[in-house]
Amino acid sequence: MVGKEAQVKSNLKGIIYRILAVVALFVVGQVALEGGLIDSFYQINIFLIGINIILAVSLNLINGYTGQFSIGHAGFMAVGAYVATVLTMKLGYPFAVALLVGSLSAGLAGFLIGLPTLRLRGDYLAIATLGFGEIIRVLLLNIEYVGGAAGIIGIPRQTNWAWLYFSCVLTIVVITNLINSSHGRAFISIREDEIAAETMGINTTRYKVMAFSIGAFFAGLAGGLYAHYFFLIQPSTFSFLKSFDILVMVVLGGLGSTTGSILAAIVLTLVSAALASFAEIRMVLYAIVLIILMLYRPQGMMGNKELSLSMLRLKRGDRRDTAVGE
Amino acid sequence: MAEFLQQLVNGISLGSIYALIALGYTMVYGIIKLINFAHGDVMMVGAYVGLFATAVLGLDVFMAMLLAMVVCAVLGVVIERLAYKPLRHSTRIAALITAIGVSLFLEYIMVWGVGPQQRTYPTGTLTDASFRIFNGQVTVTSKDMVTLLVSLGLTVILTYIVHRTRIGKAMRAVSYDGEAAMLMGINVNSTISATFAIGSALAAAAGVLIGVYYNSVDPLMGIIPGLKAFVAAVLGGIGIIPGALLGSYLMGIVEAFVSGYGSSMYRDAVAFGILILILIIKPVGLLGKNVGEKV
Repeated sequence: MVGKEAQVKSNLKGIIYRILAVVALFVVGQVALEGGLIDSFYQINIFLIGINIILAVSLNLINGYTGQFSIGHAGFMAVGAYVATVLTMKLGYPFAVALLVGSLSAGLAGFLIGLPTLRLRGDYLAIATLGFGEIIRVLLLNIEYVGGAAGIIGIPRQTNWAWLYFSCVLTIVVITNLINSSHGRAFISIREDEIAAETMGINTTRYKVMAFSIGAFFAGLAGGLYAHYFFLIQPSTFSFLKSFDILVMVVLGGLGSTTGSILAAIVLTLVSAALASFAEIRMVLYAIVLIILMLYRPQGMMGNKELSLSMLRLKRGDRRDTAVGE
Repeated sequence: MAEFLQQLVNGISLGSIYALIALGYTMVYGIIKLINFAHGDVMMVGAYVGLFATAVLGLDVFMAMLLAMVVCAVLGVVIERLAYKPLRHSTRIAALITAIGVSLFLEYIMVWGVGPQQRTYPTGTLTDASFRIFNGQVTVTSKDMVTLLVSLGLTVILTYIVHRTRIGKAMRAVSYDGEAAMLMGINVNSTISATFAIGSALAAAAGVLIGVYYNSVDPLMGIIPGLKAFVAAVLGGIGIIPGALLGSYLMGIVEAFVSGYGSSMYRDAVAFGILILILIIKPVGLLGKNVGEKV
């Protein structure tokens, strides 16, 4: 038997190890990237991986944990990207403020869209979110202030390794802690059986809107980072194909597995980069890989399991169960 | 008034094309509850077969349409057998992702095979006559009339098949309750194949009509009409054949009016706006019935 004090101590030790690992990875990245050890092709892909991790992990909160089928994530990304860009380029606010306001606007958009549409279930919700994503794109296409179809060009590159890395860490930490809290249990119960969850006294609408807004917030963050790394944004960047890309990462990684989403974001970005030189058949191969994966492993790479170091040790039972009480 | 009627004519033509695509969506959804994202791309393949038939084989437009329908019917069945059938008992999201995969596959295999550029049907594929009505203020072209007549003709044939034939009866039974239908001795697999064949053939006809009407085909042409036809099917009530027709004509007409009176840039946004409004007010669509959820 492990005493309570020892438990706290070992938890604390785990947290300290994690923080050290996070800082170490940051330093390695900082030295490698800023020291010029990595050529620009790989640099671009590292930034894309980071942005895709934020997108996939945040969509996984909506689709994977709460079971709400959303395919309009690129729309929220667009809101974040455009709002942040307008703030830095046209209104002269600092990057940090722009990023925060962009993310909040995306979160607000998620709230406004979520409130009426989350009464819909399954496929209908999917179609509605797809529609919303497209509406955002068409509106951006028609607003002259943000350049219409040509988009905004010449955005200063303010996203550096530190911004990217700590945004990723923030996303993962916030969403993981949310999932492991009592709110997270509510999300999962909605995914498993909405009617049963409601019967148990869970305010399903409130939790669905919450998951939707938080997911949209982080999509907006990814959008802001994207805009300030890639020099230009256009409405066509945020079409429903982008939403599909993110959805594919989430499903490939396993619905309801944060580590799965991270892994899939890395793998798919790399696959896409590796195939970049075969531009024409790249999408054909991508499609075939997608179909074969779904046919042979429809639950995704990780299912709903998490990848962790303790998987390598002897089985001591699922650590997360201890939250219920011993 | 003349402007109004002219937009109505345009809207009906557009609606007829959407109707042919939407019927395929609604049939497939009705029977296996799958949003077949590749449906618009089957239409694109149909348009290319039509182009090949008219430009290379020198067939007339109706023979080209027939050929495209046969080819796409086979394509639809092959897609169903290879990609969707193994996933029939897995999660909806896996099936949907597969459909997206098939859609991307068809689009980019065509980009790879025939090139990404736009192509046009040979001139004179359809005799270009126009008729002026209402004191010559409204123009109805032969394209409008062919589109409407082909669409109505195929819809009548489809209605006959669904309501008067054995296979139609089987489709309705499988759509109502697949397992019970199987217990009654209906071959569910061949019924689903037939649904895909018919739906894809209708899409192919729509593809040829789009090719003739707008006189341009390209590998990505299926995406937007496919999405809009799907929206039309949801608008009318997905799984319901008259609903698909109603939704399609409504969509076509609204779109024509938005383009005519407002800005054509906004017509896609308006289409999706209508969709969301309908979903919020009456999620089952205009002709759908609300079914309470069993607990």
